[in-house]
Amino acid sequence: MKILVALKQVPDTESRIKVAADGRSLDPADVKWITSPYDEYALEEAIRIKEAKGAEVVALSVGTDAAKDVLKNALALGADTAVLLKGDGQGDAFAVAQMIAAYVKDKGFDLILCGNKGLGGDNAAMGPMLAELLGVGQANVVVKLELGEGTFSAERETDGGSELVVGALPAVITAQKGLNEPRYASLKGIMAAKKKTIEELDAAPAVAGAQVSALALPPERPAGRKLEGEPAAQAQALLQALKDEAKVF
Amino acid sequence: MILVFCELKDGQLRKPSAEALSEGRRLADASGKQLGALFVGASCAGAADAAKYGADVILTAEGGTLASYSSDAFAQVVADAVKAKGATVLLAAATAVGKDVAPRAAARLAAGYASDATALSIVDGKLQAVRPVYAGKAFATTSFASAFQVATTRPNVFPAAEKAGAGAVEALAAPTGDFKAVVKEILAKAGGKVDLSEANVIVSGGRGMKDGANFKLLEEFADAIGGVVGASRAAVDAGWGLPHSMQVGQTGKVVSPTLYIACGISGAIQHIAGMSGSKFIVAINKDPEAPIFKLASYGIVGDLFEVVPELTKAAKAMGIGSN
Repeated sequence: MKILVALKQVPDTESRIKVAADGRSLDPADVKWITSPYDEYALEEAIRIKEAKGAEVVALSVGTDAAKDVLKNALALGADTAVLLKGDGQGDAFAVAQMIAAYVKDKGFDLILCGNKGLGGDNAAMGPMLAELLGVGQANVVVKLELGEGTFSAERETDGGSELVVGALPAVITAQKGLNEPRYASLKGIMAAKKKTIEELDAAPAVAGAQVSALALPPERPAGRKLEGEPAAQAQALLQALKDEAKVF
Repeated sequence: MILVFCELKDGQLRKPSAEALSEGRRLADASGKQLGALFVGASCAGAADAAKYGADVILTAEGGTLASYSSDAFAQVVADAVKAKGATVLLAAATAVGKDVAPRAAARLAAGYASDATALSIVDGKLQAVRPVYAGKAFATTSFASAFQVATTRPNVFPAAEKAGAGAVEALAAPTGDFKAVVKEILAKAGGKVDLSEANVIVSGGRGMKDGANFKLLEEFADAIGGVVGASRAAVDAGWGLPHSMQVGQTGKVVSPTLYIACGISGAIQHIAGMSGSKFIVAINKDPEAPIFKLASYGIVGDLFEVVPELTKAAKAMGIGSN
């Protein structure tokens, strides 16, 4: 079995977002970069499959040299090889899906795993777009995955519930929190990863479908007020204000 | 044409779909286009409801092969309908199905895609979308280069405004089968409650709840005011047995209810990112310095274990229920 895990480098969740001088991109100053947390579940799942039934795990990222950190981490955690598709990292989900599809084609992957969304971009689009470009099935926002002979069975979160998706391999599965508990890299893994090289390839040409033309911070919220008194009085005052001022009820 | 992929639940148009249709109607009027509503499934009974929200044409792809949701089959039907009707803009509500099928259909149409749009417009004949990024810490304006443009609309943002449309029904052919992946079984239903992402009122608990069992207090209050209970990452990760599906925040659900009541939540950046789109925010916290108070429309500095039961009592006495 051959598994591809697509990983994206994103700003840490605790990052404060500042808009760059161009008015449409993120100011990278003071931003700590991490592997998108949902991609970590995808990688962990691939490693668990490898441990349970044997598999070759290829970690892939699209981006600049900076994305090598994500791949080094993946190698330390248990990926067998790592590939960097070199691009400026500015492409939209459709462009990235095309680049990955061009790499994947004819390489015999049985399973492609990635996060259900890249933290930050929050588009949740690359996985399903990749599945369509490859002409394979998909299951998104997956919290449980089982593989059969050439088949998969995946539990995915829906609006307040969950459903079981079954299909043929190869397929694209996008991971959700709850799929597993990602491990930490062991010292042995980190040392072994240092001996491995990251394959660097130029990303295939791709056409972007959309682009960010402006980035802005949300408007400041109007100042609120504190409700004083004993708990019973506070409760009464709050509900009255929500009813009369906010007209929520 | 502006085409809106719509969903039915128990034979009724889902509210997020009604919202997407209403916004589609507004865009169609602004650009002199027709509005189409597309339904896909074993039965499209109830599709006529789309006319109430301004659909000029109602397209139904009905067939036994579509009884179970299949992303590849639905994406094919949707993309074929877009092309057959000469639509350039495709909208869907950002629901579990909408977010599954729309990007796949977009790839089929070689189109750009914007998820969870909170504002839409037509600029120079093409769609433009404003959407939250970094879970709402910033808003990105997305412009399209592609001939087709696809977006999903975030629930609870666009008003569902009734406006009668002609609603001429037209049947489309259903695909024959042999799909790559299909839903075999619904494992857990939402029950009677709406999902957090669609809820109008959310009562959320954080680390200050001290234990999962204490969420009963929030359930009781939420029931009294017609709300749904959520939780912060700190609470979900605390090992109290709360499911991740309850989590509000950057690595959980991003919500935009009319009212968000944060109980025992300090207001970590990653939590604020997931709920700062709420219209009104109430914070109940013992710590007067908690960052959540900076966002709160109304703040109560106090012990939630005293305040919340009083709120439940007062809500019942006042006969409050969500509308």
